[in-house]
Amino acid sequence: MALLQISEPGMSTAPHQHRLAVGIDLGTTNSLVATVRSGLAVVLDDAEGHSLLPSVVRYQADRVDVGYAAKRAQNVDPHNTIVSVKRFMGRGLADIQDAASSPYRFVDAPGMVQIKTVAGTKSPVEVSAEILKVLRARAEASLGGELVGAVITVPAYFDDAQRQATKDAAQLAGLNVLRLLNEPTAAAIAYGLDNASEGVYAVYDLGGGTFDISILKLSKGVFEVLATNGDSALGGDDFDQRVFCWMVEQGRFQPLSANDTRLLLTKARDAKETLTEHLDVRITAVLSTGEMLDATLTQADFNAMTASLVNKTLAPTRKALRDAGLSVEEIKGVVMVGGSTRMPCVRHAVADFFKQTPLTNLDPDKVVALGAAMQADVLAGNRVDDDWLLLDVIPLSLGLETMGGLTEKVIPRNTTIPTARAQDFTTFKDGQTAMSVHVLQGERELAVDCRSLARFELRGIPPMVAGAARIRVTFQVDADGLLSVSAREQSTGIEAAVQVKPSYGLADEEITRMLKDAFTHAKDDMRARALNEQLVDAQGLIAATRAAMAEDGALLSEAETAMIEAAITDLEKRMAGSDHSAIKRGIEALNAATTEFAQRRMDQNVRRAMAGQKLETFG
Amino acid sequence: MQSHFDLFRLPATYALDRDRLDAAYRELQNTVHPDRFAASTEAEQRVAMQWATRVNEAYQVLRHPVNRGVYLLSLQGIDALDATNTQMAPAFLMQQMEWREAIDEARAAKNAAALDGLMAELRRAHQGIEATLARLIDDAHDYDGAREAVRQLRFMDKLIAEVGDVYEDIEG
Repeated sequence: MALLQISEPGMSTAPHQHRLAVGIDLGTTNSLVATVRSGLAVVLDDAEGHSLLPSVVRYQADRVDVGYAAKRAQNVDPHNTIVSVKRFMGRGLADIQDAASSPYRFVDAPGMVQIKTVAGTKSPVEVSAEILKVLRARAEASLGGELVGAVITVPAYFDDAQRQATKDAAQLAGLNVLRLLNEPTAAAIAYGLDNASEGVYAVYDLGGGTFDISILKLSKGVFEVLATNGDSALGGDDFDQRVFCWMVEQGRFQPLSANDTRLLLTKARDAKETLTEHLDVRITAVLSTGEMLDATLTQADFNAMTASLVNKTLAPTRKALRDAGLSVEEIKGVVMVGGSTRMPCVRHAVADFFKQTPLTNLDPDKVVALGAAMQADVLAGNRVDDDWLLLDVIPLSLGLETMGGLTEKVIPRNTTIPTARAQDFTTFKDGQTAMSVHVLQGERELAVDCRSLARFELRGIPPMVAGAARIRVTFQVDADGLLSVSAREQSTGIEAAVQVKPSYGLADEEITRMLKDAFTHAKDDMRARALNEQLVDAQGLIAATRAAMAEDGALLSEAETAMIEAAITDLEKRMAGSDHSAIKRGIEALNAATTEFAQRRMDQNVRRAMAGQKLETFG
Repeated sequence: MQSHFDLFRLPATYALDRDRLDAAYRELQNTVHPDRFAASTEAEQRVAMQWATRVNEAYQVLRHPVNRGVYLLSLQGIDALDATNTQMAPAFLMQQMEWREAIDEARAAKNAAALDGLMAELRRAHQGIEATLARLIDDAHDYDGAREAVRQLRFMDKLIAEVGDVYEDIEG
């Protein structure tokens, strides 16, 4: 670490008061919320002492049940009880492989599939928001105050649409998202800090519906993700499905009703879990038709019918190792994450592949939430001396569609974020004044085989001969792994810029509509909340600006100081009123007034840090 | 703008002290990463993202053997990847063809052991060209020669990537 101690830039903003922040593992099967209390990460339980919240939401005409109550109803009310909603996040109907055998009434909406329930048509974002709301309420009750923010985990292999959908769900649940964090990276934090490890580790994360493999280098408090890979549609649910198919075969059942499908899927899951500890399991079921099943499934048969699923996890594992430029021998340890890694067949396969016994000393169901809570604690500014840094990557290449329907990669997979890349394009026809930009994510050569993230048009290009215009398309991926794209014609100096946030997930208007729906009975409540939020933001901004000026006022001229003071005074005036949008404009003005100052402070931080670097290097 | 080498306080040479680069990178990211400013003003968060992006870009260029070569030559005003200048030593091209045939054979025979051997050979050749590049750029200042060596390295990268694809084909 640097010899020169400089004050933590993020720390100067707020008084030293513990800020309530949580980590949330929004899982396919179960969800959890954790926080750091007195320096220790703990999972927060509900009033009955459950730490897991089943990720199950049941819609009724006049109420919504989440968790155990909903899970109990899944066999009797399968149409309105949504399980494993995570598999539908940011996905169209065509993406869902087992749509035909699932009990839901899907509606193929543009962008993302929706589900018909007795309480209306629901988007996966809304369903996920119900789960997040329960966790938020649990955390606020347990911690006794409002949260400043949450770190929400996502599978490392989630694409931009799935990430955006997750962030939208958090926003809908009234959570301030401090960061979207990749699940294996969260697990690595929990493990790495626990064991004070150094070296290269693999995190093998097989959850209910997703598989991730990440290769990380841990060194001197920095967690650097070298490569990640996975399958965002492979998990414990697929093992259940195999057992389910076997049961249907054994019972020679006719096409099943939704209730019977759900019943057998539940039995399949129970059988799978029993086989973790036992060599065989007896499965009995009575269907609504009166048909019966009474069969015994051995662990050996189970292993045989799921071997291809286990193998499906090894191909991405090999790819991740190859992308990291490492061999199996160079991996110091393998961390197992996700409930599905309890299956003995999975543990054996991983041990064989890595030629070592995987680490299982932390509860695979809780480790992601614990790591997320630790990162939330850092981001909320509660740690000053003993913090760490995460350097994560994008899992899938980002690119554009070019002539002939081909994909041109702009940012390759496993690029460390945040990152930006620009690519120049030109016009195809004489006098062409518009250009359509199609943003893609994926590794395939043909555009149709990649995920379409966004389309937009750049208009107003001055007419020129073909090939003369220079259109620069810039991709920026932020620390959440979320992409924004802008395009600009620059050969003539005439600018035509477009800023898009790909929202394959949900359009901003749609989010606004849902927020409005949620508050239709409480319009005043909504206004009061908006005002309160702006006031809190404004207070924080003024405190942070004052602290920065007290520390580094020397970097400003008198005129600049006066300009910032004026912006503060103006904002304070606006805060006395009750117009939240006026306060918002004041906040924007103050932010604009301090941009140059922020840049200078950062330059100074860098100079100091690198001075320390030099001293350290040369002794 | 400050050069990537200046940013990390490293000499502008092809020969690279990787430990020093890594240490400087960690130190810089520790200072500028957006996670350090999660509780800060929007202006500071924006500046942090721009800085962290810049540091990642510079690190990515310097640590990558081809990118570092291209970048060093660009500092000399030379476009190493100029498409109009694609001259290449015949011996190197012959060697390329032999390797390519070996890859095709391994693919057809689904021979992973042969791939392992081939990969090791390609990596050794890659390192050899890197050493040559360091001599050409740092000592001889022979930038024309360096331009050809950089292009050779690109060929090697493509071959190595191809071997990776064949592994995927074989292993499924």
